Amino acid sequence: MIEPFIMRAVLAGLAAAALTAPLGAVLIWRRAAIAGDALAHSALLGVALALFMGIAPIAGVGLVAALMALAVFMARSSHSLPVDARLGVFAHAALAAGLIFIAFTMPAQGDVMGLLFGDILALSAFDVWLTGTGALVLLGVLALVWRPLLAAAVSEEIAIAEGLDPRRAVLVHMLLLAAALALAMKITGALLFTSLLLIPAAAARAVARSPEAMAAWAALLGMLAVVIGLWGSWKWDAPSGPSIVMAAFALFAVMQTAAALRR
Amino acid sequence: MTTGNDILVELDDVGVRADGRWIVRHVSFAVRRRRIVTLIGPNGGGKTTTIRAALGIMPVSEGEVRKAPRLRVGYVPQKLALDPSLPLTVARFMRLTAPATPAEVIAALEMTGVAHCMGRQVRQLSGGELQRVLIARAMLRRPDLMVLDEPVQGVDFAGEAALYEIIGRLRDELGCGVLLVSHDLHFVMAGTDHVVCINSHICCQGTPHAVAETEEYAELFGPAALARLAAYTHHHDHVHSPDGHVCGGDDCARGGRRDGEGRS
Repeated sequence: MIEPFIMRAVLAGLAAAALTAPLGAVLIWRRAAIAGDALAHSALLGVALALFMGIAPIAGVGLVAALMALAVFMARSSHSLPVDARLGVFAHAALAAGLIFIAFTMPAQGDVMGLLFGDILALSAFDVWLTGTGALVLLGVLALVWRPLLAAAVSEEIAIAEGLDPRRAVLVHMLLLAAALALAMKITGALLFTSLLLIPAAAARAVARSPEAMAAWAALLGMLAVVIGLWGSWKWDAPSGPSIVMAAFALFAVMQTAAALRR
Repeated sequence: MTTGNDILVELDDVGVRADGRWIVRHVSFAVRRRRIVTLIGPNGGGKTTTIRAALGIMPVSEGEVRKAPRLRVGYVPQKLALDPSLPLTVARFMRLTAPATPAEVIAALEMTGVAHCMGRQVRQLSGGELQRVLIARAMLRRPDLMVLDEPVQGVDFAGEAALYEIIGRLRDELGCGVLLVSHDLHFVMAGTDHVVCINSHICCQGTPHAVAETEEYAELFGPAALARLAAYTHHHDHVHSPDGHVCGGDDCARGGRRDGEGRS
């Protein structure tokens, strides 16, 4: 007998993993993993803003993350600092600012841990519906920009020369990440969001022979990690978000080992 | 030839500035349908920059690049820095910027002699194989304009001749214009309609013969290069009148003399 709240957690987790894994694969190809961190670290600021303005947290997170996505998109290496170091600086400043604002705006009984690590067992039926529908829409948009996005990851020069618009595709990808973060905030929290982006995609690399196969494998492995993680969390009464991340890491280790043995 | 409607891309007094200095300046030339235009010049002279400006990869700081409407470009870059995290078979790479049927992919790869590489990962190709795959991918698009940046890098000598033959055939079969950077003076003389010699500005341009006879060319490439050209054109045993407008009589005479010295 599966409890309804577990069922809701599984369904929303599956939808979130199916969405974040392909987005994360593109992020890895573009060597932009740090951009995911920068977005995720800005999420608390979004929650604080939402509390302050009296709007839904998902709207606040979406808004702030979209602004962060624009900033990341426009960030350029300067002469003295590479772009990842600059993003790291801003990411942690955003996290600290978020924690400070949360301390002022959060009601006394509020749950900061839930914001950082998510609370997948406390989802409503509406949350599940929203995550599922949102994931479908965002994956549809990703499919629309897939060709220029992939071309940009392979060779931005070829993409531009042959009439694609890789810069626009990269911007769309960043905004998709921001929207995915807003959707996944209740499920993964701010700090575990990047793990759902990166770990399944990294695990998929070992077996994939084409970009599309890697995206599909990443989604599959991410969804598997959700199921295994929630099962483990239920069985051993462990925190659910971190359990999902550990399950994803276990899958990563298995795939790496399998690939090493096959060679 | 002077009608403008077969011009595919035209650079008009183009200059590119980066980090406070001009990489190239005052560059003007046009690529027309069924013409092969070759950029030559010393390393660091701005050949690749010129190509990148023509393609819109690099912004132009002054002047203008005009392209024919709905121009279909096939681009063969100098190198491909593929991230190890990105799995990519040759077959998938061939469809990077436009869809194609498997039969079309095979036909293109066969034309450059690398159909056997179809299922391999792009990162595992040798330098020569990669160059051939890059060329096959660009021509699969059936472009109006093929742009190749040193297309024979990493290709052995026999392969080099074959690749240049393919480029000539592309021009004949697709009716496309070709813009390329080449170090191979042999090909430049034999296969090119128009040569542009770039050393941060245009030193000289015109037909291969006309360019080879300019003083600037002799200074850039030295007597050895002239000797190679002479061997090809047999310029030394009879007198050609310059067939271009670039060089004056003095330059031609000087070119001819050095020509002879180089061979002695």
